[in-house]
Amino acid sequence: MLDRAPDPTATLPDAPGVGYKAQHYAAIGADPGAVRWLEIHAENYMGDGGRPIAQLRHLRDRFPISCHGVGLSIGGEAPLDRDHLARLRRLLDWLAPAAFSEHLAWSTHDGHFLNDLLPLPYTAATLARVAEHVDEVQQTLGRQMLLENPSTYLAFAESEMSEIDFLAGIAQRTGCGLLLDVNNVFVSATNQGWDPVAYIDAFPLDRVGEIHLGGHDAQADDHGAPLLIDSHGAPVVDPVWALYAHTIRRGGPRPTLIEWDTDVPDWPVLASEAARAARVLADAAAEKPG
Amino acid sequence: MSAQDAFAAALLDPARPAPAGLTDPAGRPAGARFDVYRNNVAASLTAALETGFPVLRRLLGAEFFAAMAGVFLRAHPPRGRLLMTYGTAMPGFLEAFPPVAHLPYLPDVAQLELARRQAYHAADAAPLDAGALAALPPDRLTAARLRLAPALRLVRSDWPVAAIWHANTTPGAPPPGTGAQDALVTRPGYDPEVAALGPGEGAFVAALMAGAHLGAAHEAGAATPGFDLTQALGRLLAGGAITGIEEESA
Repeated sequence: MLDRAPDPTATLPDAPGVGYKAQHYAAIGADPGAVRWLEIHAENYMGDGGRPIAQLRHLRDRFPISCHGVGLSIGGEAPLDRDHLARLRRLLDWLAPAAFSEHLAWSTHDGHFLNDLLPLPYTAATLARVAEHVDEVQQTLGRQMLLENPSTYLAFAESEMSEIDFLAGIAQRTGCGLLLDVNNVFVSATNQGWDPVAYIDAFPLDRVGEIHLGGHDAQADDHGAPLLIDSHGAPVVDPVWALYAHTIRRGGPRPTLIEWDTDVPDWPVLASEAARAARVLADAAAEKPG
Repeated sequence: MSAQDAFAAALLDPARPAPAGLTDPAGRPAGARFDVYRNNVAASLTAALETGFPVLRRLLGAEFFAAMAGVFLRAHPPRGRLLMTYGTAMPGFLEAFPPVAHLPYLPDVAQLELARRQAYHAADAAPLDAGALAALPPDRLTAARLRLAPALRLVRSDWPVAAIWHANTTPGAPPPGTGAQDALVTRPGYDPEVAALGPGEGAFVAALMAGAHLGAAHEAGAATPGFDLTQALGRLLAGGAITGIEEESA
């Protein structure tokens, strides 16, 4: 399927990674700490050249890279954008990342890119459409993708199934893997009145190829109920760390990303979040019987 | 209207109610929950514009710029999925935006900021060694075309656009004067540089970019008194903007 030799770094280790930010380039080179791999947003590296691509070419020689798309609009009603898919293919061809992931969401409508991860009703019709799109992505890219569970702020009256049944159905039909964002689980569970631990316990963890952890903001809805907003702009909160530890104990270690995209802190702050993920992974390994 | 038609229309228009069928966990209308998506769209696109137009923001003030960005992003939501190219409609928008009609240089400042961003992401190209140009006999040089770096951009303005840009990005830079100015954006290495061009230099570079022979470009530049060919070529070479010499086969 792929016209090149397998890359020796082509798996993500079951260890911490961070979302790469250009301002951390020198610090990562000097001391990556517990960070063993990096994630990049695909769309930021679709320019023709310049510093972003030069930096990424250096980084890919040193770290396994996870490529995270934010613009495919896999949940969109319209067909996938073939030009964008071709751009993605060109990027993955030279980058040879260890993983490629995208979101269970839509972001483009009527030719306009809305730059947000918009929600979907969980119906059989939506499932069929998303599965078709995931199939097309995997066929075009010649590789398996991971599909990420969303942060959601509202529900659709027309939904017919749970989010987990929806994601599991897509994975089963398409053979895709799943990216489990534990902060998104906590955010959505709070906003939707679910039990986050029960969500993890029902999730097909054997399908999970990568975990995300990030920060969120807290607001309230019109009735005073807590409304959490996925922000990627703050430290991971303690209840999310606890939910992550539960996930690892239950499903085993996984490559774990610290996502911090807005109000990005200095490297030591991000490195300390990665170190905390490393401790959770180590503690879970130490607890294992035998 | 499909479900996503209705959702997208309400996202960009705060006056529209949230679409039907969106609820909270108790089945009540989504209300403020829908506004989270509205805010995310507006805030993320505003942030992209703030990143893309730092000098406009400084000239207009953060508060005014944010409010203007809210108008812009609804009139011109991104057409592509790469935010690195978002905002190409900004110069035209500014020309027709009455609250900034008293600041007629803003569209050119926006054009210069776009040019810098395009230069930053442009394809890499190995610059020509300065000696290669000097080694060519004058008659062959005159008949040659210069291959230019993909990062090269020219912004020709009735306003001192390069000086305005420098005054708002470089500590200690002098305040901009008055009068027309042509600005050149080059990218030696990875960081775009902005230079104010001398007399005739804008016409010279414009001719080269249009594919003119060096001799014809020289004539275009020399139409303005004070044009200095050596300085003009030196600036392009120093900026890594010349990547080759194309001679018609003899």
